[in-house]
Amino acid sequence: MPPAAVTPILAMAQVNMDFGLGSGLRRRSTLRAVSDVSLALHAGRALALVGESGSGKSTIARILARLYRPTSGVISHLGRDVSRQTPTELAAYRRTVQLIFQDPFASLNPTRTIGYHLERAIRLHKPSLAKPEVRDQIDALLTLVGLLPARSFAERRPHEISGGQRQRVSIARALAVEPSVILADEPTSMLDVSVRLGILNLLADQKEQRHLAALYITHDIATARYFAEDIAVLYAGCLVEQGPSMAITDAPQHPYTRLLIASVPNPAHKITGTAPRRAQDIALRGPDSLGCPFASRCARATALCQTVMPGKTAIAPEHFVRCHNL
Amino acid sequence: MSFDPMLQVRDLTVDYIGENAIARAVNGISFDIAEGEAFGLAGESGCGKSTVAFALARLTRLPGLVSGGSIRFKGEEVLDFGPERLRKYRWNEVSFVFQSAMNALNPVMRVADQIKDTIRAHQPRATKADIRARAVEMFDLVGIPSRRLDDYPHQFSGGMRQRIGIAIALCLNPRLIIMDEPTTALDVVVQRDIIEQICGLKNTLGFSVLFITHDLGLMIEFCDRIGVMYAGELVEVAAADQILTAPRHPYTRALGQSFPPLTGPRQRLDGIAGTPPPLNALPQGCRFSPRCAKAVALCSTIAPILQTDPAAKGQVACHLPL
Repeated sequence: MPPAAVTPILAMAQVNMDFGLGSGLRRRSTLRAVSDVSLALHAGRALALVGESGSGKSTIARILARLYRPTSGVISHLGRDVSRQTPTELAAYRRTVQLIFQDPFASLNPTRTIGYHLERAIRLHKPSLAKPEVRDQIDALLTLVGLLPARSFAERRPHEISGGQRQRVSIARALAVEPSVILADEPTSMLDVSVRLGILNLLADQKEQRHLAALYITHDIATARYFAEDIAVLYAGCLVEQGPSMAITDAPQHPYTRLLIASVPNPAHKITGTAPRRAQDIALRGPDSLGCPFASRCARATALCQTVMPGKTAIAPEHFVRCHNL
Repeated sequence: MSFDPMLQVRDLTVDYIGENAIARAVNGISFDIAEGEAFGLAGESGCGKSTVAFALARLTRLPGLVSGGSIRFKGEEVLDFGPERLRKYRWNEVSFVFQSAMNALNPVMRVADQIKDTIRAHQPRATKADIRARAVEMFDLVGIPSRRLDDYPHQFSGGMRQRIGIAIALCLNPRLIIMDEPTTALDVVVQRDIIEQICGLKNTLGFSVLFITHDLGLMIEFCDRIGVMYAGELVEVAAADQILTAPRHPYTRALGQSFPPLTGPRQRLDGIAGTPPPLNALPQGCRFSPRCAKAVALCSTIAPILQTDPAAKGQVACHLPL
């Protein structure tokens, strides 16, 4: 992780995000989907956000993309608070921060060609380009993401190509506007295993070449380690551990990170059918919830864990854990 | 190893009939599953794994058609079963857990009634008391408190609903359970619990499992032997622990290298270049040859057949095994 002195491209500080449960007058309670989360994305580096369903991973991506306004906390772009952006600055921000979604079929218009999707993005970014130049750019982008021959792909529609190819189109479209940040929300989870590595390698190459800052959201800690330099582990909206990927997977410190890693299929082990049951529903948190979110499942929990949310303890310069019982 | 094949599949062929063409989704595959064995089928999407599972359950529906081969269950030819024999075969002898099992529950019926329906359909003579006792027993087995039997499906989490699917699959004490991506829709911690539980039940009850998942790591942990399928054919059958450590087929090795490991140095993996061939435009010779780095002229002319591999206990279909 780069030294803290370097200004990150995109950062969030002490962000909380609340959602009302129930609707209108029947609103019964408030869910705190993201709780006191701070993280930073640096040029040329990837941060993986790992957690189970409902842990708040996608909410964080949507906050960073400015699709949600956080309940409290600050989002800053190159050190500037984005809540003060003018409409023109917001439009520029939306270009510079690109989202790639899980479902590459839902994110492309089925009635339009692949070329059309890219052309719109290119024209938005460079309105002055003449038609032949746009065409050249489309071909260059398709070549870049490995869809060859480019002309043939440009003329096809989404249903005529495979899921992996569609995700490559999504990546080409994101790159068309020359972003500095990529937020990839489970970009490979709907793809076949043999295609996943190709997509991750493509994203990794572009991250290197274009010096992009990347947020990689996944439930799969093995691909997180493969793709990202750093891993942040999210539980019930709280960051419980963050650090260099190797440190997190080789020597996890937080009891939840340990449980997660112990649960990942491991071909070096054999299932015995005798291990104790560990899964439990994640307790929903509200703004007034006390204590560590993992306390109800944690074998080491003490009375303190039930009442006080642990602060950050630094294990190494760029590796912190939120746990009372290290 | 004494091998008592409970299920014996020989030259099984399944076609999908189109308007103008026939696609051969499964092309003459043969394998055995022994009593108490967990056998896995691995391969990319579209390689025919699920088509095999459906054929074994006699669930193939048009445009799919089992067009050749034999499926013997304890010596009886399953493909010859009439409606009555088939009713007994399904669920009493062979049951299924699919990825969507947790969504297969009827939302407006209490789960106890759904278990009751299953038992009644296949064992019409069971008494009310027997059925209730069996339902309680099944919930105990899969670790759900039996007081929840009278709840509706929406009152359970996804992991619990998947366990109820497993309970329903187990309720008539079948000898073989076909599991097609049984834990794919679940989070890893829940998946770990359920797979441990299935393994424990298998050890206690002694049933066999045909296990299908895209997650090779999970399959290696759970299964005794694994068959690797490519474009409708079995290319390798080996002991589970050999699949990653000593693969014989280049495709098996490439598949194994498609999964980033959780240990060791962070290094670039290349997976498998290219995509599987469409079933209506299969290459000559070995179907993997266009993607195979080791292919020679022979590979693109003559298809290798699955042969017992003298070096190991498994079988491999390759002219130049690794």
